[in-house]
Amino acid sequence: MAVSRIKTSSVLQGFPKSRSLLAGNPPFTPSSFESIATATGTGSSNTITFSSIPSTYKHLQVRGFYRDTYTGLDTSFALFVHFNGDTSNIYNAHRLQGDGSAVSAVDDSRSGKFPIWFAGYSTQTFSTVGGVMIMDIHDYASTTKNKTVRTLSGVNDNTLGSNGVALQSALYRSTNAINSITLTADGTAFATNTVYSLYGIKGD
Amino acid sequence: MPATYEPIMSTTITTSTVSFSLSSIPSTYTDLRLVLTYLAAGDYGWPSFRFNGDTGSNYSYTYIRGVGVSAGSSRTTNATKLELGGYQDASSTVPSLTIMDIFSYAGSTNKTVLFDYSSDSNGAGSTYRQVGLWRNTAAINSITLTRENWNFISGTTATIYGIKNA
Repeated sequence: MAVSRIKTSSVLQGFPKSRSLLAGNPPFTPSSFESIATATGTGSSNTITFSSIPSTYKHLQVRGFYRDTYTGLDTSFALFVHFNGDTSNIYNAHRLQGDGSAVSAVDDSRSGKFPIWFAGYSTQTFSTVGGVMIMDIHDYASTTKNKTVRTLSGVNDNTLGSNGVALQSALYRSTNAINSITLTADGTAFATNTVYSLYGIKGD
Repeated sequence: MPATYEPIMSTTITTSTVSFSLSSIPSTYTDLRLVLTYLAAGDYGWPSFRFNGDTGSNYSYTYIRGVGVSAGSSRTTNATKLELGGYQDASSTVPSLTIMDIFSYAGSTNKTVLFDYSSDSNGAGSTYRQVGLWRNTAAINSITLTRENWNFISGTTATIYGIKNA
């Protein structure tokens, strides 16, 4: 019999006692995937930063939806990422991408950040369409290893342009634990229904 | 920290069927992840997906794929469903794996999804990464899964996880 509540009268009537309130209930199993923080676009800022990230997880995952306030022609946008406020030349990125007509592999290593292409979209014609992405950051709290990242991103607006999907690896050549993640919009600013969430994944 | 990534519902197919639905999805999460592992009566087929029973031409998608030793990319507009794969797929003994992430599924934006598809049968195989769009701002409360050409068979499982942000 599961224990769902305790009343004083039950104790007074001498109902069977247990040393644990879990008696009869399924054991509580903590989740290994926890929400750490969420940030939304302001409509005017082109950066979102997750800071003071605890080092108590094994891996991190960032998931999100990005629309840009850019008012020019409809287009897909990249999202730029750097860690710990570090904009030095220690990032690499390689991706496999397709735009609906051709597939290609790209070395997109650049200074101060790495891009995630097809992660965002402008708002001119299709006001409720955005780009999406999932970024996994492995062993982010290690102080002995460089940090490897995997991303999957895509945007589609039901036209023959501005579409794409990309699978990417990235490298942050630093053995510092990652304690902040800065996301920078490739266009003008993050629209107000942009949302990014940071999750922690536990491990041994 | 709030725990998340919770299983919401799961279905295991026990009788051959061309289609089944996962319904009454609560709107209390931020994103959904559907994990589909399936067996099929024949290996030339592919899975497709619809939301809220919508059979209109409101879907579109773009993919990259590797099939055998060839890579490619293509797109489809104004489709009546999100289709995925289309070459060597699951058989009665070799399962295929599809993961679909649905972002802001209960929000007021159009619904964009990411697919991760893997299928291999010892001599033939394919993998896809695909972005899909459902041009509708309604919250997603059901997902209909269909196997094109050959039925899903016993052993097929589909689980929806809810991912809730802070």
